[in-house]
Amino acid sequence: MKNKTTGNRIAFIIRKLLRLALLLFVTSITSFVLMKASPIDPLQANVGQSALGTMSIEQIARLQAYWGVGGNPVKQYLGWAADFVRGDMGMSLLYHQAVSEVIAVRLQNSLVLMVTAWLLSGVLGLALGAAAGMNRGRWIDRGIKGYCLVISSTPAYWLAMLLLIVFGVWLKTFPVGLSVPIGVAAADVTFTERVQHFVLPALALSITGIAGIALHTREKMIEITESEYMLFARARGEKGWRLFWNHGFRNVLLPAITLQFASISEIFGGSVLVEQVFSYPGLGQAAVAAGLGSDMPLLMAVTIVSALFVFGGNMIADVLYGIVDPRIRKGGVGQ
Amino acid sequence: MREKNNRRQRVLAGLIFSVIFLAVVCIGGILCKQEAAATDFSRKNLAPCTEYLFGTDWLGRDMFARTLRGLSVSILLGMVSAAVSAAAAFVLGVISAAMGRTADSAVSFCIDWVMGIPHILLLILISVALGKGFRGVAAGVALTHWPSLARVIRAEMIQLKESPYIQIAEKLGKRKGYLIRKHMLPHLMPQFFVGLVLLFPHAILHESSVTFLGFGLSSEQPAIGIILSESMRYLVTGQWWLAAFPGAMLVLVVILFYEIGENLRKLLSPGSAHE
Repeated sequence: MKNKTTGNRIAFIIRKLLRLALLLFVTSITSFVLMKASPIDPLQANVGQSALGTMSIEQIARLQAYWGVGGNPVKQYLGWAADFVRGDMGMSLLYHQAVSEVIAVRLQNSLVLMVTAWLLSGVLGLALGAAAGMNRGRWIDRGIKGYCLVISSTPAYWLAMLLLIVFGVWLKTFPVGLSVPIGVAAADVTFTERVQHFVLPALALSITGIAGIALHTREKMIEITESEYMLFARARGEKGWRLFWNHGFRNVLLPAITLQFASISEIFGGSVLVEQVFSYPGLGQAAVAAGLGSDMPLLMAVTIVSALFVFGGNMIADVLYGIVDPRIRKGGVGQ
Repeated sequence: MREKNNRRQRVLAGLIFSVIFLAVVCIGGILCKQEAAATDFSRKNLAPCTEYLFGTDWLGRDMFARTLRGLSVSILLGMVSAAVSAAAAFVLGVISAAMGRTADSAVSFCIDWVMGIPHILLLILISVALGKGFRGVAAGVALTHWPSLARVIRAEMIQLKESPYIQIAEKLGKRKGYLIRKHMLPHLMPQFFVGLVLLFPHAILHESSVTFLGFGLSSEQPAIGIILSESMRYLVTGQWWLAAFPGAMLVLVVILFYEIGENLRKLLSPGSAHE
């Protein structure tokens, strides 16, 4: 019996991995086709009309080969995919660097930002959502709900701009942009300086992230408080923190885990906007630059890396669900 | 003790107020096309005052007119593309639940696929594929917003299929098309309608974000994303009103759309009457 469940678990994970591979494959094709379909001429966008006018036909032909204009798209895709599977992501056309290097640096910057925001919004969102749900209808619930409604209606980039105005321009407590001070050699940047540059973007990202998680947690918490075991616990005289700890917490933790992992996509989207506002050199900013400059290898790599995070997050949530909740484990895994 | 207005009336009042406000913003925006583009260098960089409520920008354009214009563009664009998206969601959701396992797994795969690529990134890709501009954003928003609603409709359909009255109708020999048309669609309509309205704010936010990043409407059209991205250059010099007021208006519009959605839900779903 024990072996059978483990076997099931492994089969479940293998099936999930296959699906993940298929989804990534389809995603890469999607982004390739979309980029190829674009009527925007990369030469016009990056070299400029006037510069093109002065060039000889050979120069233009060389540039066209560099930006991948013309040629057989199917062959191009297959060539790209064969390299990608072997770990060669190609050269970034905008940065004149290997895509893997650009991504490595950018991803590091972004990950610091996103992981902080992810953890903060997860913990605070859970706490606020649970507090609101347990005190439904009281002022604390109204306050939290109002906050969540306003924040989830606020575009992340505008919030970032407000923080920039208040803390960067008026109070001058934090620098206005970038991840390190300008004009300082990379080796001389101190840890405090890095932290200073990172506080505002992380704050903007966390504030927006909290709202969604808190709202969903609140809904779940309300469902739980209306359950019969909660009613019975109240009838026995439990209340306040004890009631929450004994009966609410473990039950609200389950949906919270799914929410937390499903929020990766949102956090990533937010980081694209926030990084743009603060000129923070992260993955999102690279994606925007690559999109505007028709840098196909870079944009495709960013899409796949981010999709990997999102799909991976969903998969981890599925697996964790089974581990945390014995009922799901018993009732046929992977149904 | 009877309250003066009952809950239904309060909800209705809120609904009507929100709709009127949004309609006024839209119509105002359509009417002040000239105002929004008029430049006047004698009134450059004015801070908000009674004459220019939202101040003026570096070309002496009235920010209030520009904001209204930008909002109306964003609202109309968002509503049209969200409606297309919702229609797609409805069709796919129904197909997924009614046409058997293969169709279901195909639709589920599509949902996973679209949801797997971060929203903003997919919007950027689609917008680039269509050459940016109006067509790019409209198609982008329409093509990326259906999965969540499709999921809701699929789940609802599956639940309906198991419900006794449908099972009985099936045993009585009613055809599948008849069941869907007569028994399921009427049940789905309120939920679909609320889902549609709740898509609007998402669509508007995403449209403004993509435009802000430079993939959306061109800079000649004063969409709200354009106004905000232009104001970025003037933040450091202290012209906070260029960003603060248009953004606040955008937030207000989005909140009102949420309110309309929530109020509609309260009116249409009988379950919430007991709250």
